Amino acid sequence: MLLNVQDLRVTYRTPGQKPVEAVRGVSFGVDTGGAFGIVGESGCGKSSLARTIIGLQPAAAGVLRFEGHDTGQMDAAAFTRYRRAVQMVFQDAAGSLNPRMTVRQTVEEVLCVHRMCPPGKITGRVSELLDRVGLPETVLDAYPRELSGGQCQRVSFARCLALEPRLIIADEPVSALDVSVQARILNLVRTLQKELDLTLILISHDLAVVRNICDHVAVMRAGVFVENGKASEVFDAPQHPYTRELLAAIPDIARSLSRNQ
Amino acid sequence: MSAPLLQVEKLAVTFRQEGVETTPVRSVSFAIHAGGRVAVVGESGCGKSLTAMSLTRLPPTDRAQLSGKVLFDGTDTLTLNRDGLARVRGHGIAYVFQDPSASLNPVMRVRDQIAECLPGVRRAERLAATVRLLTQTGLPDPARAANAYPCELSGGQQQRVMLAMALAARPKLLVADEPTTALDVTTQRHVLDLIDSLADACQMAVLLITHNLGIVAGRMSRISVMYAGQIVESGAVASVLTQPRHPYTRGLLAAVPLLDAPRNAPLRDIPGTVPSPDAWPAGCAFAPRCPAAQPRCHNLPPPETESDGRQCRCWLEGTACC
Ligand code: SF4
Repeated sequence: MLLNVQDLRVTYRTPGQKPVEAVRGVSFGVDTGGAFGIVGESGCGKSSLARTIIGLQPAAAGVLRFEGHDTGQMDAAAFTRYRRAVQMVFQDAAGSLNPRMTVRQTVEEVLCVHRMCPPGKITGRVSELLDRVGLPETVLDAYPRELSGGQCQRVSFARCLALEPRLIIADEPVSALDVSVQARILNLVRTLQKELDLTLILISHDLAVVRNICDHVAVMRAGVFVENGKASEVFDAPQHPYTRELLAAIPDIARSLSRNQ
Repeated sequence: MSAPLLQVEKLAVTFRQEGVETTPVRSVSFAIHAGGRVAVVGESGCGKSLTAMSLTRLPPTDRAQLSGKVLFDGTDTLTLNRDGLARVRGHGIAYVFQDPSASLNPVMRVRDQIAECLPGVRRAERLAATVRLLTQTGLPDPARAANAYPCELSGGQQQRVMLAMALAARPKLLVADEPTTALDVTTQRHVLDLIDSLADACQMAVLLITHNLGIVAGRMSRISVMYAGQIVESGAVASVLTQPRHPYTRGLLAAVPLLDAPRNAPLRDIPGTVPSPDAWPAGCAFAPRCPAAQPRCHNLPPPETESDGRQCRCWLEGTACC
C-alpha cells in the first residue's frame, strides 16, 4: 500500500472563535498504481484532506503512512522527499501558473530548484515532459494567457511530473473545462497513470468522472467518509442515503432519457 | 399552433473593434412557444450567451450591430429604443446568470435589491411581496434572507434570490444562462427543479443556455446545438440526444462521461478547439475538427436541411435526404 491514512483529523483554529473540524476521522488506503476517488460537495472537507496529505496543512490527529513510513515521524530530509513524491494538480490551472513565466520557464524552474536533472539535460527533459502531456513544442515560449484552459491544465501536469511523483492528487482537474477538453484531459490522466505507474487520488464532485477513472471511491460529507469501497459497488449498490442522493442528483444523459421514456 | 412567444430569425451579432469586424453570432433562428422549454448548448465560444444577451441587447451586445429579427410577443426587440427595451427587460424577458454573487449588489440587503424589481408595488407592501417571492423560491427562512446581505447566503441561496428578482416582474420568458454551473450537484438539482416548477406555476417559458447535456436531457423539450456562431442541429431533446445527426452533436455526446459506462472506457474527445470569430472557416465551420469531413466541406458551407421536425447543417445530412 502506497498511502495509508488512519483516523485523520484536521482542525482549523482561529483565536477567539470555535475551532472548525474540517476532517473528523478519516481512514483509507491507496495501493500503488491505484486510482482512489473522493466525491463530495463544497465544504465537505475534501480539499482540507488533500492539503493535509500533501503536507500543506498539519493534521490535528491521526496517522499518515507513505510506503509504510509514518510521515509524522519523518526527519526533515525524508519529509522533503515525501513532499516531492506527492504532488497536486488544481482545478484552476491557469491561476496556479505564474503569468509572467513561459511554459519552458515554468517547467525548467521546477527541474532546477529541485535539482531533478543535471543542467545540461534540462532542455531535453522539458521536451520530454511536454511530449508526455501532449503539448506541442510550439507552446514552449507561450505565456499562460496565450494558452487554452486545457493547455494550461497540461502544463500543470508537466510541472508536476517534472518532480517524478509517486502519487498525484488531482483536485477537480476538469470541472472548469468544456466537455470535449475535459475528455482529453481525463484520457491524459489515465494514460499517464498507466505509463508511469502513478497512483492517483481524484477529488471531484462529478461522480461520472470518478466512475470513469477510479477503482475505489469514498463519499465524503461533513468531514467524514459516509461510504468507502470498490467503485463498482459504491455506484451500483450505494448503501448510504447521501450517496444515493448524490447519484440521483447527477444529470446523467442516459439515465435522464431512459427515465423520461 | 399559435404564434410563438419568441421568434428569432436570422439573428446576427457583429462587433466592430479597431476597424476589424467579427460576427460571433451569424444567422441564428429558433422559436419558443409560451411555456416552452428550449435549451441552447455548445462549447464556450460558440456564441450561445451572446445570442441570449442580444434578445434584449444586454452588454456586450449593446455595442454590437444586430441584424435579423427578435420577435417577442409580436414586437421586434431589435427595433426598440431604450425605453422599449427596458419594458421588455422588466416585464417580458428576465435573466439569471451563472454567478449570482456577481449580479447581486454586495452592499445592499436582499430585500432592497428585490424591492427595486417591484416598482409598481407600494412601499408599505414591498417587504411582504419580497418575502412572498423568496418563499416561492423555497428559501428556508425567507424573512431572515430578506434582511441578509448577499455574502451571508450560500451560492444556492444567492441563486434563489436571483430567481426571486427575475420573477418579481412576472416575466413570460426566463433566460437562464448556465444558472447552476457554479453549484454543487444536489444544489443544482434543487435550483433546476425550482425553475421547472416556477415555470409551470407561472406559465413561463424557459431558455436554458448550458454546456451540460445531462441537464438538458431530463428537463428541456427542444434543443439547439450551437457551433461557431450558428445552430448546427436542433429538434426535440429526446430525438437529438438519442439519434444525433450532426457530427458535432455526436462528438459532444461521446465526450461526456456516463455513470453506467464501464470503467476505463476511453472518452472520445473532439480534437482541436472552437475557432475564434475572426477566423471562422470558409466552408463548414466544423470541418477542421470533423472526423467525417469531405473535401467539399472545407470550401462550401453546408445548407440547413430539415426532416422529421429536425434541422441539421451538414453535407452528410443533405445527401442522406436526397
Ligand atoms: S458538413 Fe462536412 S465537415 Fe461539416 S459537419 Fe458535416 S461532414 Fe463534418
